[in-house]
Amino acid sequence: MNDFPTPIATVPSTGNKTGGWRTFRPVILYDKCIRCMICWKFCPEPAIKIVSAEKYTAKNAAIGKLDAPEIDYDYCKGCGICANECPVKCIEMVFEEKLEE
Amino acid sequence: MKNLTIPEEEYMLPGHTACLGCGATLAMRYALKALGKNTIITIPACCWAVIPGVYPSRALEVPLLYTAFEVTGAAVSGIREALSAKGIEDVNVVGFAGDGGTADIGIQSLSGAVERGEDIFYIMYDNEAYMNTGIQRSSSTPKGAWTTTTQVGKIRDWKKEKKKNMVEIMAAHGIPYTATASIAFPEDFIKKLEKGKKIKGPKFYQVFSTCPTGWLVSPNKSVEVARLAVESKIFPLYEVENGVYNITYMPKKEVKVKDYFALQGRFRHLTEDEIREIQNDVDEAWRILVEKEKWSKSLMKVQ
Repeated sequence: MNDFPTPIATVPSTGNKTGGWRTFRPVILYDKCIRCMICWKFCPEPAIKIVSAEKYTAKNAAIGKLDAPEIDYDYCKGCGICANECPVKCIEMVFEEKLEE
Repeated sequence: MKNLTIPEEEYMLPGHTACLGCGATLAMRYALKALGKNTIITIPACCWAVIPGVYPSRALEVPLLYTAFEVTGAAVSGIREALSAKGIEDVNVVGFAGDGGTADIGIQSLSGAVERGEDIFYIMYDNEAYMNTGIQRSSSTPKGAWTTTTQVGKIRDWKKEKKKNMVEIMAAHGIPYTATASIAFPEDFIKKLEKGKKIKGPKFYQVFSTCPTGWLVSPNKSVEVARLAVESKIFPLYEVENGVYNITYMPKKEVKVKDYFALQGRFRHLTEDEIREIQNDVDEAWRILVEKEKWSKSLMKVQ
């Protein structure tokens, strides 16, 4: 029976860097961001991480106390849900080729 | 300090192979946030069978068992019984299937599991067609939709039949708890799962999951479309607990079916008259649902 073992998938999918699928790159404008984490909530990868409040400059002191969202470009496929759902429209979708220039 | 409305823990890994803006991945992400680490997922042939990637890749932090298309209900029953035989009761056994694997091919084994009163969760992520195999119509495809088997060309062969109502079928089984949910309302979905965790017996959820590829929707509008489905009352959010109906979200804005259709390519062939006919169907279904809520609540008071 050991010649035909039960296949068990054990390798995490994180080795598959899906960032290469991206055509448009979401860029968070932290001076406008209110850190509501709606982008994090609706990310289907999930490729948005929660990072410590001090890592990015904030719009004001109150918002600066909240933990911030950060996009992991290794995995973001560029679907743009975050930019569409953002209530203050602080996520810009930038054409990847423009960033190359 | 964190500003979160849903649990922070993630049990789904990035690097999976779902399409851009996939609603099914959001359904899984929210379900696992609510159910936690002590969960076993069972998946038949569906989009989620390919999302984790090719063997030996995995995209979940919980065990996942692949089964044949028609046996999700039987498989979860078996896992539940095996765990009980070992004296393990604190594990959530979950069947996670698409609409084809639930409303068409898997309905007999699901019906059996619910009839036997197995202590399981069954989550149907409803992307309204067989998306994984190339957008073929299912019984959960809504009236008016284009699919590759209800094509619109010289002959306008769009789907003329109504969407099968799975929650009603489950309610007719006398299921302890069944509910609809939407990827656009994760707090509502998670609350319903938390409620299900406290109920012994079968729990059935129908989660509206946008498929940008099959619905011809721009991926960035994925969540917006799901929200419009609820706001336009074409997919109302409600629960049925031991026969009592409860509408969990009352649409605030006056959104017409037409506004929901406008974002999707699969409905673009419909004429004004055809859209009006569908709007009438939706209004009638909503009226009946509101009445059911009222009636079932008053009936329970009598008892």
